[in-house]
Amino acid sequence: MYPGDLHYTKQHEWVRLSGDVGVVGITDYAQKELGDIVYVDLPHVGAKVEQAKVMGSVESVKAVSDIYSPVSGEVTEINEALATAPEKLNESPHGDGWMVKIRLSAPAEIPGLLSAADYEKYVAEEEAGH
Amino acid sequence: MTQPTAPLKATALHSTHRRMGAKMVDFGGWEMPLQYSGILEEHAAVRSAAGLFDVSHMGEIEIHGPQAGALADYVTTNSIAKLQPGQAQYSGLLYDHGGFVDDILVHKIANDHYFLCVNASNQEKDYQHIAGANRFTASVDLASDRYTQLAIQGPRALATLQKLTATDLAAIRYYHFVDGVAAGAPARIARTGYTGEDGFEIYFAPEHSERIWNAILDAGQQYGIKPCGLGARNTLRLEAGMALYGHEIHSTITPFEAGLGWIVKLDKGEFIGRAALARQKEQRVTRKLIGFEMTGRGIGRDDYEVFLNGAPAGWVSSGGPSPTLKKNIGMCYLPADRAKMGQRIQIVIRNQPVDAVTIPMPFYKRAN
Repeated sequence: MYPGDLHYTKQHEWVRLSGDVGVVGITDYAQKELGDIVYVDLPHVGAKVEQAKVMGSVESVKAVSDIYSPVSGEVTEINEALATAPEKLNESPHGDGWMVKIRLSAPAEIPGLLSAADYEKYVAEEEAGH
Repeated sequence: MTQPTAPLKATALHSTHRRMGAKMVDFGGWEMPLQYSGILEEHAAVRSAAGLFDVSHMGEIEIHGPQAGALADYVTTNSIAKLQPGQAQYSGLLYDHGGFVDDILVHKIANDHYFLCVNASNQEKDYQHIAGANRFTASVDLASDRYTQLAIQGPRALATLQKLTATDLAAIRYYHFVDGVAAGAPARIARTGYTGEDGFEIYFAPEHSERIWNAILDAGQQYGIKPCGLGARNTLRLEAGMALYGHEIHSTITPFEAGLGWIVKLDKGEFIGRAALARQKEQRVTRKLIGFEMTGRGIGRDDYEVFLNGAPAGWVSSGGPSPTLKKNIGMCYLPADRAKMGQRIQIVIRNQPVDAVTIPMPFYKRAN
């Protein structure tokens, strides 16, 4: 369910590292909780983002939710396809539904993120709390 | 997730929803399905085929007695005298000051028997309000526990339900009803709904709930019927421009402000709220409900502030994406002199004013 090569946050974002650039998105759990996503608001290329700070939002039919950056750095690319096809977030949250690429300014943040196994455990607890 | 302070109420179909994998939410104290397969898919099913909703959280109040009609007329804004047995009517229950206690459906069963369908979270309040106004030879009964209410909505609702009843459904006109039999159980079958589509709302004893729910899904399978939740119910009624209590209407909003002057019959005789409404009609309303669509990027949602020329002027009562129209739409309150078609407004979305323009309602109207 949760790919082992991703690092996860308790706010339900993920980051996949490729050198000093991290690809960022929301988790499968997040997209399921949100329901049908109809609108995505992303930062601009060149924007500086900080770990655990709001970097954008996604809107489902029902509600709007903040997206928190899992890492600090500079946005180098955004997933333009989400502007016309926000449903990619529902269909492929860990793949085609990626949101932004961030050049990491503080790689030391990475070990503080959750592994797939830890995230899965965390999500199971969240679900049991419902 | 925070724990609810009071235990949530459940309909007779609660375990069925759970078993079928519905996503459940707290809706005004009731644990109800928000969605089954997804709001967009369910919404599309109702617009193109059929959808089945459990709306048993809605309340039922029955008025019996020789003066049942007189009591119903005294507590509601619309004209009971215009109702024939077998006919239903949209109406308002008002306070003396003209604000809404609730919006309701009044069904006339007989001269001495009226059946009211009221909003879930208002049912106790409505009952107290009506019983408190009862100076007539009539009895008022909060009957919600005796009914399951299902809504079968969409262009194939009739074909679906017709398989389960001998009653000629095509002969039931819009806002009329028949007491018949559905899937072997006595049922009140009303051609009413809250989606902007053709369809039916049926009321029957809770012990038949799961069997009838399943029978309707089976009957509609060939047409693509889907079980639907309150999420789709809300997007459907928003497109149809229908009011939702707590949003477009509440205790400080009058029918004239909400664009519901057509349910107010000032000349019918005395009723609760009449004097205040007559005064407001004479002095003209100061604010009015109007539809809008976003022209800038963003979704105007419930309770967002509305600006006119950069200054606060009103609020969004309901807003969100329209799955059918593929636009972001909503309803908002504006000063009456600015509540005109084509008025440019801004919706404040997360501290940013975003352009929108007022447009006519309903946003969606079915073809026939």
